[in-house]
Amino acid sequence: MANINITVNGKSVSKDVEDNTLLVDFLREDLRLTGTHVGCDTSQCGACVVHVDGKAVKSCTTLAASLDGAVVTTVEGVANGELHPMQTAFNDNHGLQCGFCTPGMIMSGIDMVNRYKADGRELTADAIRHELEGNICRCTGYHNIVKSIQDAAAKM
Amino acid sequence: MYSTKYHNPASIDAATAALSSGEEAKVLAGGQTLLPTMKQHLAEPSDLVDIRGIAGMADISANGATLTIGAAATHASVADNADVQSLCPALAGLAAHIGDPAVRHMGTIGGSMANNDPAADYPAAALAMNATIVTNSREIAADDFFDGLFATNLEDGEIITAIRFETGAKCGYAKFPNPASRYAMVGVFVAQTGGGVRVAVTGAGDDGVFRHAGLEAALSADWSEGAVAGVDISPGGLLSDFHGDSAYRANLIGVMAKRAVAAS
Amino acid sequence: MSTKIGDRVKRSEDKRFITGAGKYTDDIRQENQAYAAFVRSPYAHANVKGIDASAAEAMDGVIAVLNGAQLTGDGIGNIICGWAVSSKDGSPMNMGAWSALATEKVRYVGDAVAVVIAETDALARLGAEAVEVDYEELPTVVKADKALAEGAPQIHENAPGNQIFDWEIGDQAATDAALATAAHITEVDITNNRLSPNPMEPRAAIATYDAAEEHYTLYTTSQNPHVARLVLSAFYNVAPEHKLRVIAPDVGGGFGAKIYIYPEEITCLWASMKTNRSVKWTSDRSEAFMTDAHGRDHITNARMGFDADGKIVGFKVDTIANVGAYMSLFSSAVPTYLYGTLMSGQYDMPAIHCNVRTAYTNTVPVDAYRGAGRPEATYLIETMMERAAREMAMDPAELRRRNFIQSFPHQTPVILAYDAGDFPKILQMAQESADVAGFATRKAEAASRGMLRGLGYSTFIEACGLAPSAAAGSLGAGVGLWESAEVRMNPVGTIEVLTGSHSHGQGHETTFAQIVADRFDIPIENVKIVHGDTDKVQFGMGTYGSRSAPVGMSAVVKAMDKVEAKIKKIVAHVLEADEADLVIEGGAVSVAGTDKQMLWHEIGLAAYMAHNLPEGMEPGLKETAFFDPVNFSFPSGAFICEVEVDPETGTTEIVQFTSADDFGTIINPMIVEGQVHGGVAQGIGQALLEQVIYDDDGQLLTGSYMDYTMPRADDLPFFTIDHHATPSPNNPLGVKGCGEAGAIGAPPAVINAITDAIGAEGLAMPATPMNVWRAIQAAKSSIAAE
Repeated sequence: MANINITVNGKSVSKDVEDNTLLVDFLREDLRLTGTHVGCDTSQCGACVVHVDGKAVKSCTTLAASLDGAVVTTVEGVANGELHPMQTAFNDNHGLQCGFCTPGMIMSGIDMVNRYKADGRELTADAIRHELEGNICRCTGYHNIVKSIQDAAAKM
Repeated sequence: MYSTKYHNPASIDAATAALSSGEEAKVLAGGQTLLPTMKQHLAEPSDLVDIRGIAGMADISANGATLTIGAAATHASVADNADVQSLCPALAGLAAHIGDPAVRHMGTIGGSMANNDPAADYPAAALAMNATIVTNSREIAADDFFDGLFATNLEDGEIITAIRFETGAKCGYAKFPNPASRYAMVGVFVAQTGGGVRVAVTGAGDDGVFRHAGLEAALSADWSEGAVAGVDISPGGLLSDFHGDSAYRANLIGVMAKRAVAAS
Repeated sequence: MSTKIGDRVKRSEDKRFITGAGKYTDDIRQENQAYAAFVRSPYAHANVKGIDASAAEAMDGVIAVLNGAQLTGDGIGNIICGWAVSSKDGSPMNMGAWSALATEKVRYVGDAVAVVIAETDALARLGAEAVEVDYEELPTVVKADKALAEGAPQIHENAPGNQIFDWEIGDQAATDAALATAAHITEVDITNNRLSPNPMEPRAAIATYDAAEEHYTLYTTSQNPHVARLVLSAFYNVAPEHKLRVIAPDVGGGFGAKIYIYPEEITCLWASMKTNRSVKWTSDRSEAFMTDAHGRDHITNARMGFDADGKIVGFKVDTIANVGAYMSLFSSAVPTYLYGTLMSGQYDMPAIHCNVRTAYTNTVPVDAYRGAGRPEATYLIETMMERAAREMAMDPAELRRRNFIQSFPHQTPVILAYDAGDFPKILQMAQESADVAGFATRKAEAASRGMLRGLGYSTFIEACGLAPSAAAGSLGAGVGLWESAEVRMNPVGTIEVLTGSHSHGQGHETTFAQIVADRFDIPIENVKIVHGDTDKVQFGMGTYGSRSAPVGMSAVVKAMDKVEAKIKKIVAHVLEADEADLVIEGGAVSVAGTDKQMLWHEIGLAAYMAHNLPEGMEPGLKETAFFDPVNFSFPSGAFICEVEVDPETGTTEIVQFTSADDFGTIINPMIVEGQVHGGVAQGIGQALLEQVIYDDDGQLLTGSYMDYTMPRADDLPFFTIDHHATPSPNNPLGVKGCGEAGAIGAPPAVINAITDAIGAEGLAMPATPMNVWRAIQAAKSSIAAE
């Protein structure tokens, strides 16, 4: 058991966690933030992507105990009074159907736009497709997900 | 996941102490392979010793043509590092294509080297460039480091602290990913080093990463895509599975070698 | 602002999903919740000699270990197949018993023999590992043709030689006679690869037993909660229907895999009663690969005969279908009535004969997966057509044109009567959109880069809108396939629609509201769609077979007809007008040519206040309707795929994918296009990437995303989509259904394109880089040998 102090979606949290607790279980079961999903057990589907210290990580492959002092943002925490442009873009462009992969897509989408903007690189459709290697969607054929991220990138 | 004890040492000494404290203690360097293995109950370490909190462990530095990459440097940090990009763009490009962005934010070079997955990318670079694996107790040449599938010459309690690459001449890496896992089905790293041309192949060998003598001879004589075409690449000793049998992998070694030279 | 049919209305359900506020089954936590983990067979075929649960029972946190003998002892019934298909000799199908927890024998890797209920998920899993099962291994068979071969291991006692039925459709004598006269015969031997549906949300269930009320509640990942309740009640004897509530909350994709009632849901319900705890089970992905019903898995030999003008004279098909270890709910219908009936495609075929044998194997059950039977038929017909065109040195589009059905209705030789379509038109649209005229130039340019460019067609038809109940019943269906709806207008004028259709990604909360907003000219925000809860919705048959629009929406329209009739009576009475003069417009019902009107909320209030209703009229304003279609609907499409193959690695890139679809009336083009995108992606997945592989011992080699290739963003292009509507005459909206088209039509277009690119016949799905490279090598060596 470890005591961790972390910031989740802007709020300080101090909790005891088992040493083998994964971040995704900590979020879903301890904090009841169930927007972060689990869609596989081999770290490939990306339904669990959250941001740790501003970077996208797979919360199913991260130990909660290793995050003492970290800042975690989940899909529940990206809207700031109004929806994040990435969230709006997914609605505007029909970037989701069943919605299960969507939180991970949104978190990966925000992360990639932030990185490309920071580097001054152009986030082309091909680049988006490459960046989505770790996010699997079974519903949309990715067409409208790529469009959503392109749209959001222009507005972020 | 079975229960385990998590350690977060601030120093190498504390880390080695923690490693020796448990019966089946393992180093946690990023966990992108280890944690999924644990989730599937295929590994049951008694202790996890996280080395990411040790000062300097994630540093990347350049000294002339020598690149030293801390064991806890993530794939993303290697890919984005200006020194890596300028001294060895092939290495930066390799790091930029390991796993996916989220995995690259957590996975580390030390973890990849110590795990020595036969389909991992870094072992190809390390072997082709004859990198030096620096541990808490010694320095090991890549030639002596890899020891078959998921095996290295690391001793119990030994911790990789950094990988040192001598850069300088041309390098290139080309990977053909497994369509499902996106790990390398064949990855070929070609390098002109002080010790001559070296070609390392990952993803394909049934004993892990290996050097290809035929390609090295051909590229020593003529560093060109055309030189690769004449090399006979045997399927002997290559992995076979439903994604790629040994004949197909042998073909891919030739194609990836050619593309690696083109990219160099 | 008013919303009309045909508008690109953004989805109202999105907000909860994009903010992480969706409520999927695993997001729900019940009071007093325990967790289930299943003890699963590591062997594909074995006798169960004994189960020792003592070590597990002794573990801290383990509440109970329950087995199949207890389950059957409590009267829980065997799992059923819902469609009786007889052999051609009239004998009934040979259905083996399937218990939710296996008792004497296990028949596939993953077959559950016991369940551990524990305080946490982790403890349940540890408990399951601690249960010791004494297995006596038996020989296994995993391929359908081998299962039917002499000497194959016997899987079910009452299915001799593992054959479930030997079924036929069409006229064998006429077809043989026609083929005997053919100027040209094309013959193919093809395999339709086995797939795993892989909705991103794994299956899950939470069962709660209320001992005082003797009542069960089940939250589960279902495409059809009422069907689940019906089957759980009538066949599995869990509880009578009025003591069982099934709720399918937000469901993360289905694609067929969530139609069925699986052993886990049954077991959780029963275990909740045994332990007096809420029992939760959530599949992980590995378990999903092992236990979710798979799709496809056919082996087929077929011959198609043509006259000297390239007109089809006869089509003869012989198929062996793998059903897996047990007969799942629709497993008998998929390779028969959803497959053999489609053999005419878009073509005027005078004679067809299709024979299908189904076999048990030591693999997980095979059932409907997006398209279900129709992709198998389409893949066969459309690769056959293109091969025939090559053999006869004809343009593949021209061969199709010569054979297109031109007038409707059209009776095929295999039961179906097509109602509407314009096949030449959609092919022409697709050809123009795909710039087929410019293909030769693009091919030459690709060749200059060392790449092989190819173009392939698929022109296909589906039978959707499942299904006319009486017709389905005459063919063996165990249920009616109508749909129901209730339209409730509230006193304040808002409207709730209760539908038996279930949305797990299809966007019903938007499209169903759209048809109401269109009809009554009220703001779409004032309409709410309610679905997925047997305590709220009157009844329903659920969502599959592209039936929600043609059947589910039609029921809503019928209910709206009744509501509108009553509204008009009320308004005519209050305004002292003639019903015939009333106009519904702008949120009011007005008397034409006057300024007299009643606003929508005034009508609602009038109906519920009941102070001034026509003589004898009941108060209130809600109506229920059941819609039973008179025919299937027949969406059709023309797909053109253009690929570039890298001959060095065998890698295929889809450079352009064009569709021209006829879905009849389109309610919301944005959503329809999304359905096409997703369907095409799954079709491309089948063609290029996906394949379930069992080894000869029945071990699953593709048990995770490490080995089963899911289509990813960089495997796919942007899609080009066109529509042309010939409305269905058989439902009030003229809709046909769009959910399955992409998965049905895409695979042959992709394979035809690659075959065109590499110039080698016989390429099998999935056309992985290795398979394509091998085909190129084989073609090279056969040329060298000549």
